[in-house]
Amino acid sequence: MSVKKRDPLTGHQTTGHEWNGITELNTRVPRVIWWFILVTHLYALIAWVLLPAWPGITGYTKGILGIDQQERVERQVADLRAARAPWRDRIAAATVENIRADPDLSAKVAETGPALFGDNCAACHGAQGQGGPGYPSLVDDAWLWGGDAEAVLETLRVGINADHPDTRFAQMLSFDGILSRDEIRTVAAYVQSLSGMETGADPDRLAEGQVLFMDNCASCHGDAATGNTDLGAPNLTDDHWIYGGDDAAIFTTILRGREGWMPAWEGRLDLADRKILAAYIQDLKGQAQ
Amino acid sequence: MIAKFTVAERQWSLVLLVLTALAGLAMAALGAGDAMGVHGFIVLIVSLGLIFVVGGGLFAPEPTEDRRRAYYDDPIKLGLVLAMVWAVIGMGVGDWVAWMLAYPEARFDAAWSSFGRVRPVHTTGVIFGFGGNALIATSMHVMQRTSRARMAGQVSPWFVIIGYNLFVVMAVSGYLMGVTQSKEYAEAEWYADIWLVIVWVTYFVLYIRTLARRNEPHIYVANWYYLAFILVVAVLHIINNLAMPASLTAAKSYSLFSGVQDAMTQWWYGHNAVAFFLTAGFLGMLYYYLPKRANRPIYSYRLSILSFWGITFFYIWVGSHHLHYTALPHWVQTLGMTFSVMLLVPSWASAGNALMTLNGAWHKVRDDATLRFMFVAAVFYGLSTFEGSFLAIRPVNSLSHYTDWTVAHVHAGAMGWVALITFGAIYAAVPMIWRRETMYSWKLVEWHFWLALAGTMIYVFAMWNSGIVQGLMWRTYNEAGTLQYSFVDTLVAMHPYYIARAIGGLLFLTGAVVGSYNIWMTIREVGHEAKARDVPTDSEAGEPAVPVAE
Ligand code: HEC
Ligand code: HEC
Repeated sequence: MSVKKRDPLTGHQTTGHEWNGITELNTRVPRVIWWFILVTHLYALIAWVLLPAWPGITGYTKGILGIDQQERVERQVADLRAARAPWRDRIAAATVENIRADPDLSAKVAETGPALFGDNCAACHGAQGQGGPGYPSLVDDAWLWGGDAEAVLETLRVGINADHPDTRFAQMLSFDGILSRDEIRTVAAYVQSLSGMETGADPDRLAEGQVLFMDNCASCHGDAATGNTDLGAPNLTDDHWIYGGDDAAIFTTILRGREGWMPAWEGRLDLADRKILAAYIQDLKGQAQ
Repeated sequence: MIAKFTVAERQWSLVLLVLTALAGLAMAALGAGDAMGVHGFIVLIVSLGLIFVVGGGLFAPEPTEDRRRAYYDDPIKLGLVLAMVWAVIGMGVGDWVAWMLAYPEARFDAAWSSFGRVRPVHTTGVIFGFGGNALIATSMHVMQRTSRARMAGQVSPWFVIIGYNLFVVMAVSGYLMGVTQSKEYAEAEWYADIWLVIVWVTYFVLYIRTLARRNEPHIYVANWYYLAFILVVAVLHIINNLAMPASLTAAKSYSLFSGVQDAMTQWWYGHNAVAFFLTAGFLGMLYYYLPKRANRPIYSYRLSILSFWGITFFYIWVGSHHLHYTALPHWVQTLGMTFSVMLLVPSWASAGNALMTLNGAWHKVRDDATLRFMFVAAVFYGLSTFEGSFLAIRPVNSLSHYTDWTVAHVHAGAMGWVALITFGAIYAAVPMIWRRETMYSWKLVEWHFWLALAGTMIYVFAMWNSGIVQGLMWRTYNEAGTLQYSFVDTLVAMHPYYIARAIGGLLFLTGAVVGSYNIWMTIREVGHEAKARDVPTDSEAGEPAVPVAE
């Protein structure tokens, strides 16, 4: 073909300059480019007329549509809020039991709960509320502060060891210096025996552990070690553990103490949201079992 | 290197090096215990090493010939090699952070390896390390050839290249130590920024002086673009980095701007870094190596003028499209949006001009992977500038912003356009500069091409999908009128795309490694007939002669 010929396609003139073997054709700007310029500039002109665009000395051109992004977003938020108000007001007024009993409202809980829980709670309590080391499960029967809806709602409102003025306080103090390491090991073995774990400790040692427990621990965890929901002290006779039930974990708990931190949600989630969550936790529990 | 200096130049270099060594010593002493001290040591060690190099050649015989008769390509060699070194580092780190996003535990459990520190190592490594060295080196090649004049300076080209790399090393090592100004693509702290200003002004003067010496009546288009790149990057860098150091002995400063003004200044800088670093500079590259390789005249000189002035004028306005739906006043957003749309014309005019230049050379595009690199780069340039203008339209942006769509867009530009044009230019330049017949292996160039193209496609498609899925999930409402998905749900949905992206990146990185090997073997290949690409030379330094006027 004509590849060897110089510029076989256009036959256009070069500009007459050459740089290190490179030349340029003097081809006219294709007409499509001018059209393209026209269209994009028209778009810009129209946008400038319609929307806020050019600054002046004392302000800027507002545009004939009179759109302002701030006002617009506020209106959209208000509209959305108004659309949700009917059912949210009903949820805010109802008890958690009534919400769960009402098919309409419990459908809303099923729709709204997952994203609410996923965005606010899952990072600590797990995607299904199953908990993890340091964070209690919300779907078992072991409760620090009680599992009835009122107690859960209160926990959500004020948090645990949080910055809310009414916050719940829960402190497992450090027994470093109060008990010797050996005593700690002894009472730890006793604690393990309570939930039926095989500890390998002889009965004398367990009895010794029980005495230590009565003297040091029962005030919070109760004589039978079944916990105290007024103090957020967990039941030690079941096999649910926040920090772990093996020797090392229990030893560390007693030696160093524990103080879990659960944020307060009043001010961040309104009453309806907190009720939805309290109801949703129950749903999650139903799914887990 | 030193043998080609006059004694006066050697002495002058020594003085300069002693000064930088002293500056390094001062930084090391005053900044002890801070990242600044570490940087002082780096400066000191580099300066001392170079003092030995220069001192060792101090008493070698002077060059006798008239150096003006030959081109000066030695500094370019260093620049090209460093570009490939940074390519492997920058892309390697990039792929690592890509895996880290899919598997967050894929890191050493130490502060330096946290995502926030390693990510800027990637961005700085590829943009400034790889892209910057390639731009500086090719600009030195192009300015001499298209001006038919030797570079105006014997020491300053070395100063520019070595000094620039010192900046990049300080920036990157600083990030790992936790140093950052928190300004994207301008993370390096105040003393590194000041150093870059010195280097950059030297570069600008070098370029202008070489152009002033030119033996051609007109200035070729490639030089317009390179010059726009150097000049505007200087302005951007200085203004965006205006800051007050918290202390003169530590790497911490406070920006002169605050609030929305700071955001606007940052994105005026950020988008014009895209415009003048990642576009104008590489268009300069395209305008020389593409017609040279295709052996075709530029399609239209008039189109070149239109697109050059269009690009320089419109780009300056569009930074605010990074801040749609923020505290930035609405009118600034409208201006950014409309100028972005108007910008599309000159961008496409440039891409079209490049593609039309290939008319009559399509068989070469088919057969020659080097030219194909440049062809595909021009196509990606066209695609990503279209996408950019599209994403700048506010309603579109409300879906795309903060999602991986932006990441897809950036990488279509960075991998598809910037990196591919650079690889094409380097494969064209390396045989010219080392005066070899061809590259060591054309098959490896083919391999590199297909690895790079496949890597880019996988990357970009994965991030498009991920971004659009993510954007749609964020805005999905259920019938109750609340958001359907939690943030974690979107992460779960994005995970497979993140793995695909990391695989795409791995292919691209592999291509860069293959390319580095090929370049290294081309350089090492001695014994072959040395071929002067420009004009046969009688220069005793073996440099290609500057051709005399016809
Ligand atoms: C920052 C982590 C964190 C987040 C986020 C969090 N929690 Fe908690 N939550 C905790 C910890 C820790 C505890 C246990 C406190 C303790 O050990 O004393 C707890 C306890 C609770 C309890 C009391 C359990 C009991 O046995 O009495 C409930 C109920 C609860 N969280 C619900 C929620 C809900 C609902 C959310 C989301 C709105 C949420 N949490 C978010 C950390 C968190
Ligand atoms: C001042 C009240 C108090 C006393 C005294 C106390 N505890 Fe606790 N204990 C708590 C509270 C509150 C928690 C829950 C802490 C948390 O979750 O953050 C707790 C947690 C524990 C846990 C962790 C349970 C788990 O699920 O991981 C163990 C084990 C434990 N205590 C054992 C003991 C033993 C043994 C003693 C006596 C040596 C003792 N405690 C004394 C209040 C007390």
